[in-house]
Amino acid sequence: MQIIIIGAGVIGSAIARELSRYKIDIKLIEKEPDVADGTSKANSGIIHAGYNADANTLKGSMNVKSNPIYDQLCEDLKVPFKRNGSLVVGFKDEDLKKLKAKKANGEKNGIKGLEILNREELLSKEPNINKNAKYALYAPSAGIISPYELTIGYADNAVRNGVEVLLNTKVKDLIIEGEKVKGVVTNRGKFKADLVINSAGLYSDKIAKMAGDNFEITPRKGEYHLFDKVHGDLVSNTLFPMPTEKSKGILVLPTVHGNLLIGPNANTIDEKDDFSTTSDGMEEVFKGAKKLVPDVPQNGIITSFSGLRASLSSNDFHIDFSDNKKALINLVGIQSPGLSSAPAIADKVTEMVNHYFKVNNKKLKIKDNFIETNPSYPHYHRYEEENEVEKWQQIVEKNEDYGEVICRCEHVSKGEIIDAIHRPIPAKTVDAIKRRTRASSGRCQAGFCGPRILNILSNQLDIDPLEVTKKGKGSKILKARSKEIILKDIKEENNVGDSK
Amino acid sequence: MIVIGAGPAGIAAAIEANKNGLKDILIVERDEYIGGILPQCIHNGFGLEYFGQELTGPEYAYEFIKELKETNIEVLTETMVLDVDKNKVITALNKKDGVIRVKGKTIVLAMGCRERTRENIQIPGDRPSGILSAGTAQRYTNIEGYMPGEKVVILGSGDIGLIMARRMRLEGADVKAVLEIMPFSSGLVRNKVQCLDDFDIPLKLQHTITRIEGKERLKRVQVAQVDKDFNVIKGSEEWVECDTLLLSVGLIPENELTKAMDLDLHPVTGGTFVNENRETNIEGVYAAGNVLHVHDLVDWVSEEAEIAGKAAADYINDKLTKRNTTIKITPDKNVTYSVPQKIEYAFGDKNFIKIFMRVTKPMEDVKVNFNYKDKNIVSFSKKIVMPGEMVTANLPTALIEDHMDEIKVSIVKKVGESNGKK
Repeated sequence: MQIIIIGAGVIGSAIARELSRYKIDIKLIEKEPDVADGTSKANSGIIHAGYNADANTLKGSMNVKSNPIYDQLCEDLKVPFKRNGSLVVGFKDEDLKKLKAKKANGEKNGIKGLEILNREELLSKEPNINKNAKYALYAPSAGIISPYELTIGYADNAVRNGVEVLLNTKVKDLIIEGEKVKGVVTNRGKFKADLVINSAGLYSDKIAKMAGDNFEITPRKGEYHLFDKVHGDLVSNTLFPMPTEKSKGILVLPTVHGNLLIGPNANTIDEKDDFSTTSDGMEEVFKGAKKLVPDVPQNGIITSFSGLRASLSSNDFHIDFSDNKKALINLVGIQSPGLSSAPAIADKVTEMVNHYFKVNNKKLKIKDNFIETNPSYPHYHRYEEENEVEKWQQIVEKNEDYGEVICRCEHVSKGEIIDAIHRPIPAKTVDAIKRRTRASSGRCQAGFCGPRILNILSNQLDIDPLEVTKKGKGSKILKARSKEIILKDIKEENNVGDSK
Repeated sequence: MIVIGAGPAGIAAAIEANKNGLKDILIVERDEYIGGILPQCIHNGFGLEYFGQELTGPEYAYEFIKELKETNIEVLTETMVLDVDKNKVITALNKKDGVIRVKGKTIVLAMGCRERTRENIQIPGDRPSGILSAGTAQRYTNIEGYMPGEKVVILGSGDIGLIMARRMRLEGADVKAVLEIMPFSSGLVRNKVQCLDDFDIPLKLQHTITRIEGKERLKRVQVAQVDKDFNVIKGSEEWVECDTLLLSVGLIPENELTKAMDLDLHPVTGGTFVNENRETNIEGVYAAGNVLHVHDLVDWVSEEAEIAGKAAADYINDKLTKRNTTIKITPDKNVTYSVPQKIEYAFGDKNFIKIFMRVTKPMEDVKVNFNYKDKNIVSFSKKIVMPGEMVTANLPTALIEDHMDEIKVSIVKKVGESNGKK
């Protein structure tokens, strides 16, 4: 049996990993040069407690089911995750009623530990919060995660369990025979399948349309500022303002790596590949964050970025078989809390797949050699965080590359970068290395380590330094060898001279 | 003595400490070679102050490296210091030894600085390849042997930006312009003349970049004029096609390593507060070079590091006596900062204390005034001062009286008749 999954974001990768428990031939197809290269790489990185949505919606039920799974899952996949708790902060007396309603909804959803805090309790938890804050809904089970590392963790594990991941592969059309989807047409040829799963995120409407299913995904941009780790302890919980109709508002939170993150705003845009930041947006994010924490630093920004929500007008996830063709499952409109819902969505899709094959008289067989966990790659910064630097000695003794520090800001060794290049989903670009190792994600933004990472990539992949890219085709870092440009200029000038 | 960093500051500090009787000196360097940034600065203009002759960066470094090699100073290269604590214990990492812990009696911090990034100055837009700091471009061009781009715009008229404008032009690149948000160049005058004017590269003052475009590789930048409050003048925006944007928008002392030491950092310099010996608020811990404050001439880095190196040796050899009163050096009119910020030790055989300063704006025919309360201690005349060029003045110790606890330094335009130099 063959299954094709379109889109290697967190949802596609989670599905690939869960389905790899069965004896199925699975291909995970991704148009970008790395997994987690769309919505999954740029978002708040929150595992929501699940008090927001109605448990009768998919958003509500998937989030609530997923939240408790994360501890074990992240241990298995070796993904950094922390339950730091969240606070929805109210400034007005009437906010108390809304917070109580949220709490009641959360409790109906089965969430434990929810509390309404008064001003004093709130200030003792978050001393830097705006002193005008009056109440907060505290959810201890909310967490923070590295969304791209979760995706990579899922995808790496899927590969270990036999999934074939095709990067730089863009689905141009579905192969349809009669009533049935039979595979996909890509820029790298046709691939046959008994079942196709569309988890193409921002482009899931386009894929659905190939089978005649009508959806419209509107990209909604959210901009963020990420701050230096020296500001990482400004807050310890994830702070939310009171939500609006449109979004959960601009948050202030620590990241799982110890940075401070503020954002996102929410603006509907036209283009699905417009990840640019805007001057208005950058300002808006600052303003919003300062309402919650007035001392949000003006300096110390490490990077500003934006992510796109794959927003669907129905305001719930759509996870169902195609209305028009057989053998196609559409996952459309998986916006927030999509990351928080990924494990349950993968389980749900796995059930749907099981059911689909069962009614078609083909029972899926469980593998007996499924590999549940990813190996642990050594990361110096984790030893630092745990105050176990002495133990790094043994790692250097085994392989001296772990003793050569390449990224000075984040303390990343050459060995860690080489590991990233040779993981099941190989890091072949500078950005891909950044997402796996944190090299170049620090305050100098590759100023020092850029040339060194480029050399390591060139050596390990056995390619010319001129071919190394930031994020795939078209984003080469170097233009020419020294003297190449000037010699070309001189030659051209000489030619002009001759013809005269 | 442990010296962190084998750039010009670290090497000079170690040599000077050695000359002053210290035997047991270790320099820890993260790069594979010593000399710091100098090996990639292949242009000339170094050494005029220190050696009285014009050298290239590698030549300047070599003069010191030669001298270093004649000593028994131990140098560990490719060794990254990852932590320094208050007890002067460093934790470092390298390939051969793994995790290294060394305790020093004295530490000289000489980690240098890093370049400000696009993110620091918050230019909105896409995040393609082709945007890099001028120093990184310099490394690619001069050390690695590659050109990072062909059509170049440079933001910021810092010295590295000016130098790289010429360097890229010499390599055949089309350098479209150097943009500077201030109404004056922030680099040395000679660099503006020799690197831009001589090559017909326009310097656009009061201009900045308001947007970056290019999904994969940089395609173009939006250039706009700003008013005196740095607000973009509406309607002045124009797009400039380019594949490369070099940033030369300032340098930041790299003090993060010493976070655990709780050093007092100066809000303007980004370096530590120091006394005249370049000693930080922790006794026996010194800082010199660009980690202390950003210099425009390496010659002064060497000089400053020698002060620190000698003091560190004297500290270990117990040759230092504190003054009864600490003298604060306070920047006054038109002075953004001074180094040192205080004088704490008895003068000994020192005839003067050299004060390094930066001015807030360019001025001609000025006086550098050192005052105690409202009384002038000494003044110096300067023909021209600019923010991009460090101002120095030798404060004679003979004129400093025992009771003085604060000396204010101001730089003001000469008015009417001037007595000239004192």
